[in-house]
Amino acid sequence: MAAEVKAPPLRADTGAPQALVPGAMAASKPYLANAKMQQALGFPGELVDGWEERAIGRMGELLEQYRSLKVYMDACVHCGACADKCHYFIGTQDPLNMPVARQDLMRSVYRRYFTLPGKLFPKLVGARDLTREVLDQWFSYYNQCSECRRCSVFCPYGIDTAEVTMAAREIMDVVGLGQKYTNEIIGKVHRIGNNLGLPGPALADTLTGLEEDVKEETGVDVRFPLDEKGAEVLLVTPSADFFAEPHVDSLIGYAKVFHAAGIRWTLSSHASEAANFGLFIGNYDQLQTVALRIRDAALELGVKRIVVGECGHAWRVAYSYWNTLTGIGAGGDDPFAQMLQRQLDSRYRQPMHICELTFDLIGRGALRFDAEANDLRTVTFHDSCNVARASRMGDTPGGQFEIPRAIIRTVANRYVEMPSGTTHEQTYCCGGGGGLLSDELLDLRVKGALPRMEALQSVVGSHGVNFMATICAICKAQFSKVLPYYGFKMGMVGGVHQLVSTAIRLGPRT
Amino acid sequence: MTPATIAFAIAFYVAFLVLVLGTGYRIYGYLRVPAPLKIPTTPAPTTRGGVVLRLTREVLFFESLFKAGLWLWLCGWLFHAGLALVLARHLRYFTEPVWAWVVFLQPFGIYAGFALAAGLAGLWLRRVFVARVRYISTPSDHLMLALLLAIALSGLAMKFGAHTDIVAVKRFFLGLMYFDVQPLPADLLLYAHLVLVVLLMLVFPFSKLLHAPGVFFSPSRNQVDDPREHRHLAPWAARLDPKL
Ligand code: SF4
Ligand code: SF4
Repeated sequence: MAAEVKAPPLRADTGAPQALVPGAMAASKPYLANAKMQQALGFPGELVDGWEERAIGRMGELLEQYRSLKVYMDACVHCGACADKCHYFIGTQDPLNMPVARQDLMRSVYRRYFTLPGKLFPKLVGARDLTREVLDQWFSYYNQCSECRRCSVFCPYGIDTAEVTMAAREIMDVVGLGQKYTNEIIGKVHRIGNNLGLPGPALADTLTGLEEDVKEETGVDVRFPLDEKGAEVLLVTPSADFFAEPHVDSLIGYAKVFHAAGIRWTLSSHASEAANFGLFIGNYDQLQTVALRIRDAALELGVKRIVVGECGHAWRVAYSYWNTLTGIGAGGDDPFAQMLQRQLDSRYRQPMHICELTFDLIGRGALRFDAEANDLRTVTFHDSCNVARASRMGDTPGGQFEIPRAIIRTVANRYVEMPSGTTHEQTYCCGGGGGLLSDELLDLRVKGALPRMEALQSVVGSHGVNFMATICAICKAQFSKVLPYYGFKMGMVGGVHQLVSTAIRLGPRT
Repeated sequence: MTPATIAFAIAFYVAFLVLVLGTGYRIYGYLRVPAPLKIPTTPAPTTRGGVVLRLTREVLFFESLFKAGLWLWLCGWLFHAGLALVLARHLRYFTEPVWAWVVFLQPFGIYAGFALAAGLAGLWLRRVFVARVRYISTPSDHLMLALLLAIALSGLAMKFGAHTDIVAVKRFFLGLMYFDVQPLPADLLLYAHLVLVVLLMLVFPFSKLLHAPGVFFSPSRNQVDDPREHRHLAPWAARLDPKL
């Protein structure tokens, strides 16, 4: 690891292509998962004998399971449209962080073992044997991708490097090369129920503490219920919301919204985590097992609606995958899905994002705000990648952009948009997503934040923006850490429902 | 019947079979393998019709590439649009009487030949002079451009330089289609043009040219954004559902 982590200078001309610095990030890699962490997920504890054969075998299976991987391995024409679109490439200038080069780390192996030209003329088509050096390169560079999908926006065939990264991590896991941060956390979810390893009684204490804090501050009895059977709404939120700053302020915001709208809601100690790191490691079993806890909790508590808190990849998993993995959704025609879907209230979207809930309530006039309460803030909005490019809110495409912005405009008077090309579907990742939010990767994370910091700087300079709202626990944690490297205050980042919390009126209607 | 005629006849039959069967086999592979999860790059259409439109924009106008950068888009689009017109123009060698719309296209097809060559040249310059693109290029990427450019230039040379007996060429190809081989004019430029085309047909199913069918099978582009409304299940994933 580099002795000192330093932010690259903000560039004036953000679009300009950079010089290549080959090998700049070759030494960056995450800690290896130890044997215990690996085995808890059913993976071998260390690099297995005959790993090459096993890896190629798994790759062959994945090529038969995932059309995305199969098509993406063949279709790339090396046009380079994606090459300069990755925040990690922009921040590090390491050419292997160009999306197409990252894919080629696997494609070269695919060609060697699965295609005729690669078997006959490896040099000609850039095919390589899966050697130890290549595997080490995988471990390094497939852990320098936040699976943000920005590259897939620009690729003429929609090739999504995130799919390749997930496949690579899955292959590395099955030969025994796991990543500590993600795999340890998934183990905690299985053992304790959430990423932070916060057991049920501690969670209950925390929530009681929050009730007291809010009472003290507002004089109103806003509840934070846990495991309440018969509640209408089950709220599933990232566990960071329970005590990390600034996350907890959004949790308080959700509670105030439920309170003001008179909706009975509850958290679950069994499903006290919205995050699902099974996504990051590309393992279907883990993805499903982790997601099923929410189904169990919903059935157990008998709730009518499931609402998801501010978390990017969790919303992707909830919105795009829960129906597939757990039957949380609608339209299932099999007994497994129907069992749950009969219980859920079909008049509401299932699952629903907390922003959809708040937005609908605002539309119905059920909430009242004093937007002046946020007047000390000049707000901008950072679109989180998994929300922007892998999910939706509301009924029309792009609702995931409009709904959070509409909420902000309702609860705050000063709102400024960052430059186009850095927001909406082209938003830049915070630099810490995809299972990379770990200290040993700090250098990478700081550099990967460069394009977002440049965009932020431009509105700080032009409009005095002092608050960047976002709806992702990883974005919040990542920005809190890296903002100071760029000379910004770490308190500049916060949640959309933090703004809601500041402005919402709790008193009885007059 | 000259040996050259016979050799070309065989070569075209073989190349045609490899192209059709090989590409068909690859497409069968894409069809057979399911997409277990919903992964459209959003914002995405919420209906089938919307997806058809999205793919149409992608195929006709290269919508995503346009977002990526103007120069690359321009070169890529010029090349492909030119190629499409030139191919359409070549239909006159395979139809009798020539279809009316092919007759109509003839004059445009000529300009298209230049557009195609210009686009290719632009793409190659990019590959050589832009460091990022040079870094990711394999020898086969350069060879593919060389092959396409050589086909284009040999074709243009026959059109504007050394004319060949196109009536006889047409007889040869119509003959191939009716399994009645007719003599091919002995013309080196024509030979070169045809050898290169045969090569292109042969490598198609084994190369990145698979991007042509691939674009239709890319889940990030062809999926409907409706995961909350419909339960999307691949057969192998359905088997993993916990038993009730
Ligand atoms: S998914 Fe994001 S992080 Fe990964 S290569 Fe593409 S742009 Fe880079
Ligand atoms: S944009 Fe797509 S086709 Fe072009 S180099 Fe990148 S992944 Fe390959």
